[in-house]
Amino acid sequence: MSATHKIYFYPVWLRVWHAINALGILILIITGISMQSDMDSNVIGFNMTVNLHNIAGVVIFVSYFAFFIGNLVTNNGRFYLIKMKGFFKRPIKQGMFYVWGMFHGEKYPFPLSEKRKFNPLQKYFYVLVMYLAVPVVIVTGLALLFPEIIIDKVYGISGVFMTAILHSAMGFFISIFLIIHLYIASVGKSPLENYKSMITGWHHV
Amino acid sequence: MKRIIAKKKYCWILIISIALLSNLSNLHAQSYKNAQHHQCLKCHSNQTYSFKNEVTNKEVKRLMNPYYILDTIAMSAGVHKGFDCTDCHSSEYQAYPHKSTLKLDPLSTCLDCHGGDEAFASYKFDKIQEEFKKSVHYKVYGDNFSCSKCHNQHTYVATARNSSNVLEIVDFDNKMCLSCHNDMKKYNLVAGHINPKLVQIHSWLPNQELHFSHVRCIECHTEVIDSLMVSHNILSKDKAVKKCVQCHSSDSKLKASLYKYQNLQKRSEKGFGSAILTNSSYTIGTHQSPTLKLLSIVIFLVTLGGIIIHSIFRILKK
Ligand code: HEM
Repeated sequence: MSATHKIYFYPVWLRVWHAINALGILILIITGISMQSDMDSNVIGFNMTVNLHNIAGVVIFVSYFAFFIGNLVTNNGRFYLIKMKGFFKRPIKQGMFYVWGMFHGEKYPFPLSEKRKFNPLQKYFYVLVMYLAVPVVIVTGLALLFPEIIIDKVYGISGVFMTAILHSAMGFFISIFLIIHLYIASVGKSPLENYKSMITGWHHV
Repeated sequence: MKRIIAKKKYCWILIISIALLSNLSNLHAQSYKNAQHHQCLKCHSNQTYSFKNEVTNKEVKRLMNPYYILDTIAMSAGVHKGFDCTDCHSSEYQAYPHKSTLKLDPLSTCLDCHGGDEAFASYKFDKIQEEFKKSVHYKVYGDNFSCSKCHNQHTYVATARNSSNVLEIVDFDNKMCLSCHNDMKKYNLVAGHINPKLVQIHSWLPNQELHFSHVRCIECHTEVIDSLMVSHNILSKDKAVKKCVQCHSSDSKLKASLYKYQNLQKRSEKGFGSAILTNSSYTIGTHQSPTLKLLSIVIFLVTLGGIIIHSIFRILKK
């Protein structure tokens, strides 16, 4: 493969979804944290914060369908399938590359190609976030939007309480994902390379 | 031997007289139940009343002023059920038509009996009075705003103290406020004007219905003091709690107000642990649990630290 080889990794629908999703999740994280903490200086006020969180939540809900259906009907879904072979070995290898190999001139252990868009570690994180964390946060979020539908007591503990804990714990997980995601995306040919790919759709291998 | 018999005799006299005395209060309660035979309630528990007009010598039927109709069932459950009407109202009311000058007789106030009395010390009536005098109700209407505007002396039950069900406490207490604030006819009687609709005023409040049935109006509309079971300093509208975090946080206002009572009961019933768990439900998010809060901060810092160290190596090893 030549150094100028390009792969069209990110089709338009994916880029549009990703942009909406990223913006929405950012708003949700900021408003979510601000609701938990007693931020007196909150510029837009608590009501506005709650409204914004609700609206962004619904946008994410709708856009998640786009992602889910997109991955079902296009080829993109296959990048999210996890192979049982080397279930632990492969991501550990990638992890070792990040903490050791890349500083010692080692070769990229899982070179990207038309068949492989994500390295194993990245794949696990994307699957966890997109098929576990985001759906759970959406379902619990919708439940909290209509608290009448939540079961009153589960083993003597308030149902709303459990839902709220689950919602914010998953929200927290997504926030941590986002921080790592943003940082790891800067590990590439050049720090901005991957970001550019997500805008143009083309990835330079 | 003789001394012992004499002692026994006194004992019996004491027991019988106590029984008689306690029965006396029951006698009155009985009469509430048989309202038709009660001198006052035969008229005051009905929409209409009849009497013989001495002037025209005719039997006439009149409408009772709706605010003078008493709920005898609620009365016989109320804290004052042991009293008869004329214990507080002049005995001259027993004659009909009631003498017009009776209106000028001052009625006893709550504090006339409850104030400065050791028997009611735990209720802190005097402190309540002091707090009430700072409230909007007193500031605007002065002495015309009596305790009975909220605490119907005929039917009152000390729910917050005795109920083991928070929702019942909420419902009972909120009905006190809503009896005027959600009834413009009654509101107008006190205020002389009507008030905008409650639902509209509170439209900013998320999940309004849920809030109204799970917390009391006074949670946001009073200044809470620890020494009182129920705070009586009702604040003006602009001083009401409007920030969600004031309740939905680890040091929630509710701990000092509504959940004060539940805490007491839950702790004795189920033990301390479950009380803490079930009682923090008003907090938003993971911060409801101090352990999760700490954990999330640690994870965040570790992530950040990892990224910083990684970046430093990337720059150095370039
Ligand atoms: C400001 C916010 C974000 C930026 C700048 C950003 C950037 C990127 C970049 C550069 C890529 C392509 C390179 C790669 O795969 O690593 C990417 C892919 C991806 N991002 Fe993000 N991201 C953001 C937020 C998010 C959020 C909030 C989520 C999910 C909750 C997310 C989920 C994904 C997924 C699933 C992919 C792979 C999409 C695919 O190719 O199928 N991103 N992102």
